[in-house]
Amino acid sequence: MTDAKPVISCRDVWKLFGPRPDAYLAGLDPAASFDSIRADGYVPAVRNVSLDIAKGEMLVIMGLSGSGKSTLVRCMSRLLDITGGVIEVEGQAIGDLSERELIDLRRNKMGMVFQSFGLLPHRTVLDNVAFPLEMRGQDIHTRRARAMEVIELVGLGGREDYFPRELSGGQQQRVGIARSLAIEPDIWFLDEPFSALDPLIRREMQDEFLRLQAMLGKTIVFITHDFDEALRLADRIAIMKDGAVEQIDRADRIVMEPATPYVAKFTEDIDKARVVHASALAMPVNGLSLSGEPVDGRKTISQLARVLVNDDRAILPVAGPDGALVGALDRQRALNVLLGEAQ
Amino acid sequence: MTTVATDAPISAPGQARLRIAQVLFAAAVFLALGKGLLPDALIRLPEAWVLPFADWFNAVFNFIRDDLGLIHVTRALADGLEWFLDVTANLLYGKNRWPRLGPIPWTVIAATAAIVGYALNGWRLAALSGLTFVWISVMGQWQWAMETLSVILIAAPVSVLLGLVLGTLAWQSARFRAVLNPLLNVAQSLPHFAYMIPVVVFVGVGPKAGAIVTIIFSVPPMIRMTMLGLQKVPTEVIEAGHMAAATKWQMMRHVRLPTARTEILVGVNQVIMQCLAMVVLASFIGMPGLGQKLLQLLQALKIGRSFEIGITIVLLAIVLDRCSKAWAMKQPVHMEKGTHWAVRHRLLLIWAFATVVLWLLSLVFPVLHEIGRRDALSLAGPLDFAMDWVIATLDPVTQWLRWFLIVWVLIPLRDGMLWLPVSAVLVFLMAVGWSIGGRRSALICLAYFGLIALSGWWDRAMITVYTVTFSVFLATLIGFPLGIWGSYSERRAKTVLLVCDTLQTFPSFIYLIPVIMLFGVNDVAVVGAVVLFAAVPLIRYTIEGLRGVPGAQIEAADMSGATRRQTLWSVRLPLALPTIMVGVNQSVMFSLFMVIIAAFIGTQDLGQEMQRALSSSDAGKGLVLGLAVAFMGLMVDHLITAWATRRRKALGLG
Repeated sequence: MTDAKPVISCRDVWKLFGPRPDAYLAGLDPAASFDSIRADGYVPAVRNVSLDIAKGEMLVIMGLSGSGKSTLVRCMSRLLDITGGVIEVEGQAIGDLSERELIDLRRNKMGMVFQSFGLLPHRTVLDNVAFPLEMRGQDIHTRRARAMEVIELVGLGGREDYFPRELSGGQQQRVGIARSLAIEPDIWFLDEPFSALDPLIRREMQDEFLRLQAMLGKTIVFITHDFDEALRLADRIAIMKDGAVEQIDRADRIVMEPATPYVAKFTEDIDKARVVHASALAMPVNGLSLSGEPVDGRKTISQLARVLVNDDRAILPVAGPDGALVGALDRQRALNVLLGEAQ
Repeated sequence: MTTVATDAPISAPGQARLRIAQVLFAAAVFLALGKGLLPDALIRLPEAWVLPFADWFNAVFNFIRDDLGLIHVTRALADGLEWFLDVTANLLYGKNRWPRLGPIPWTVIAATAAIVGYALNGWRLAALSGLTFVWISVMGQWQWAMETLSVILIAAPVSVLLGLVLGTLAWQSARFRAVLNPLLNVAQSLPHFAYMIPVVVFVGVGPKAGAIVTIIFSVPPMIRMTMLGLQKVPTEVIEAGHMAAATKWQMMRHVRLPTARTEILVGVNQVIMQCLAMVVLASFIGMPGLGQKLLQLLQALKIGRSFEIGITIVLLAIVLDRCSKAWAMKQPVHMEKGTHWAVRHRLLLIWAFATVVLWLLSLVFPVLHEIGRRDALSLAGPLDFAMDWVIATLDPVTQWLRWFLIVWVLIPLRDGMLWLPVSAVLVFLMAVGWSIGGRRSALICLAYFGLIALSGWWDRAMITVYTVTFSVFLATLIGFPLGIWGSYSERRAKTVLLVCDTLQTFPSFIYLIPVIMLFGVNDVAVVGAVVLFAAVPLIRYTIEGLRGVPGAQIEAADMSGATRRQTLWSVRLPLALPTIMVGVNQSVMFSLFMVIIAAFIGTQDLGQEMQRALSSSDAGKGLVLGLAVAFMGLMVDHLITAWATRRRKALGLG
């Protein structure tokens, strides 16, 4: 993630709500606590956030409601103007864009999916999906053809003449997804897209989403408050609290090495064995004597449970994706992850 | 003065508030009892203190009209409007103006109405609207009804457009909203006549003045609903619009306005109903049509004939209301793919066909074109006969009731109100204000009634107050029990609400017909009309309040072994009270409007003076009187709203 230029880059981003946020931020100590800012009559929705998102990466932003995750994503799409800091999209600071340039950016680069769908009630599925294309001024035939393509893609073929209220929640969100994909955006924002759906449909939509992402390979910022969902989808997870990012990292590392007590508490109830991969738990080989069949580094500890319990070696070799040796796994440590620390 | 229910925890400031209120209340009683000892200035304001508001208003009016030359603008606008009015007048009843196509045969109009009804809500509405026009024609009221409709047809769209523009501006600019909101509050509590007088000054009398006053009167609800609709568009829909990169104009046209469709159409419904109510009343300023006919017949006490016209107005009101409501509720439905053009536009084709056929037929059979007065039916004979019989039968009862009410209730009450010293009334109102909303409310009450005292119309205002108070009291005696009875079963509630809804669509004028029939022309008739008119919102909100009590609370009461009566008194009523009070509020508002309209029967209150101001085109006086009425309404509104809000919060009803 270091070599390629990031697609979205946030530097010291602040978003304050209150009577005169700009003046207040100018005189504010960057390390000021959430409560002290609240006491001054301001709501720090986003507090000194810096992060980079690489091309093709899926970043999941997690946090409880009110933690600022929705606000942060709205700053990235400039639905909200930030109070301080810089957000760059493909090297361009979006705060400096004129209305015209911003419209162009959205028309060509960005798509967004909303928690309660945000569909236009008076338009059919087809017209809803074609809406961004219509705003762009495409003629009716081209935009209908393109809209039909995405409608087929999300599996709503045959429903294009329905109105939103005639569809189920899951179907409505498919329309939302189709609409956000119609302009072929490079960057895809999803604000708790599946939270309003019931658990079975949610699972189905996640699978659908993974299928789409495997096909399209977009840069994605995905918001959720559901840790399981984050684990299923994320390349990296950012955990937010009171407007600040507590930790941003791969799922294994967040679980194994929580950066703050809050993150530790947050991940306490997670079954670590289902999250942590063998490669993440492995230590350097450094002259250890290894023998026998290696374990697959891409598998989680829980997937390796049978091997770990039945094997009698103290140290197991770990193989990378190409079969080469990448590390050594301490079996006792792995068993501790699987079964919990021995009391 | 224990308006704060005892089960609510009374905080320390709450107690202080009540104590001040009690002191003020005691002072008011003291002032009233000690009237004999009071200096004259505290009993009635001395002449010298009365401010000539009317003269000031007139000076301003004259300045605007003559010196700023606004009269030319208003006249020009009125002439422009007249051109449109002439078009509909030609089409509907054949006034000899461009485009000289009319009159359209009544059969065509009836068929059009039926097809519109069908398109909006199926067969029943089709039958209702079609038959309404058949009735109008058969009863020989075509000309008058069309005179009325031709104005509505122009006034309603103009006022919808104005409302949309003003509502959008107000939604956009907080500053404009801050100016507009209080204006709308006053405008919506000004009685109908207060609108007419300035229009007479600026435009004159006749159909165009009628149309203008109708437009002005019906704009406020449209502004309100537009604002509400635009504010209610979900943020995510707006954000979706932004992410689709809509420009400002695209946002308005494709996202905001269509999403606010239902509220806007509810506004359209209110505009149409307000238009009808006003058009009927505009007969007072020379607006021809059903209203004028009704006014003439009522004044001549031709009960049977006025009853017929009353039915027509009521039918029109119901048709207009049902159609526009159906339009608001109608959601788009998709057609199967590949549906043939003729099927998609089936109704349009049927309509075109029916129009052509009926028009051709009407050329052959003149009866299908127009039913003359001579061929028209009339129920007046049998109706009058029946009415005479009813009146003769009920006469001992109504006679006695009239005598009892006038001698033992109305006159003593009125004399009592007039006897009260101004100072006592003002202090009493402050006490009420203080007990409900603290110092701010007390000052608001004082300001409103203080201004009425300063205007010099105190005695007239007190007569209005007594009529309204007594009428609302009677209305609660009818409304509460009926509401409670209606709330006990789903079906009953539905039926009663439907009746209330229908009654509320009637123009206020209509309520005068039955009471004049029964009681003749006097104070009792006025009170009767006001009671009828004011009971409707009470019943409505009582039912809605009681039905709205959460099921869990009632189940909890049932499981605690409460009887029906106990549940009603200790659970349902307390929880429903905030909603019921909204009904009381509306009831007071309605009464004020009705009392003023009833003035032409011959009352002695502000309404009577307003009629005089109207006939002498005294805009300043008219406005002062109108504002006096509005202030009463606004004060009650302030008190009840403040109380209900606090109570809701205390009950955790949000």
